Amino acid sequence: MARSLKKGPYIDFRLENKVDVINNSGKKSVIKTWSRRSMISPDFVGHTFAVHNGNKFIPVYVTENMVGHKLGEFAPTRNFRGHVAKKDKGKR
Amino acid sequence: MARISGVDIPDNKRGEVALTYIFGIGKSSAKKILDKAEISVDKKVKDWTDEESNLIRKIIAEEFKTEGVLKSEIQLSIKRLLDIGCYRGLRHRKGLPVRGQRTKNNSRTRKGKRKTVANKKKATK
Repeated sequence: MARSLKKGPYIDFRLENKVDVINNSGKKSVIKTWSRRSMISPDFVGHTFAVHNGNKFIPVYVTENMVGHKLGEFAPTRNFRGHVAKKDKGKR
Repeated sequence: MARISGVDIPDNKRGEVALTYIFGIGKSSAKKILDKAEISVDKKVKDWTDEESNLIRKIIAEEFKTEGVLKSEIQLSIKRLLDIGCYRGLRHRKGLPVRGQRTKNNSRTRKGKRKTVANKKKATK
């Protein structure tokens, strides 16, 4: 179910602060975060986030189109490489 | 024969049902349209006067997205998901269910006809 509009979007407090600091200082740097659940707010556009996927950090460059999605949507947690090829092929 | 919203030619059915032949109009929006035009939902399409069908045409053109316009809008929003590389976009790309359904079995609508992997280990002896 979608989140109640009354509450507004959820953005991790610490992440928001980090973005603010970077925006104010005018520098660009990669922001490392575990907060996959944070909504991407318009302030995030143009930054690169290193989003944790449970194993490593996936770099996500935020564009305008991504606003309103969550950070986690861009760092897949599962890596499906296809099914294992049959070893004993042709054996009857 | 009534031609509403481009190609559609529903006929010989109750107005409420006939309108649903248009892509983008289901039963509830059909009802709304007919309510607004003040035509009974039970009135068959062939009994509509020209004025009535023109009124319906006008209402649909003004308030509803149908057929090509709607289809291209849907395609556009899917394309957006594909372009930003989010999870839903990946699922669209792979032709798998997008909204978290199980894929162990079922979900044939998205996956298409069963592709049997040949030579499952035979029970020997």
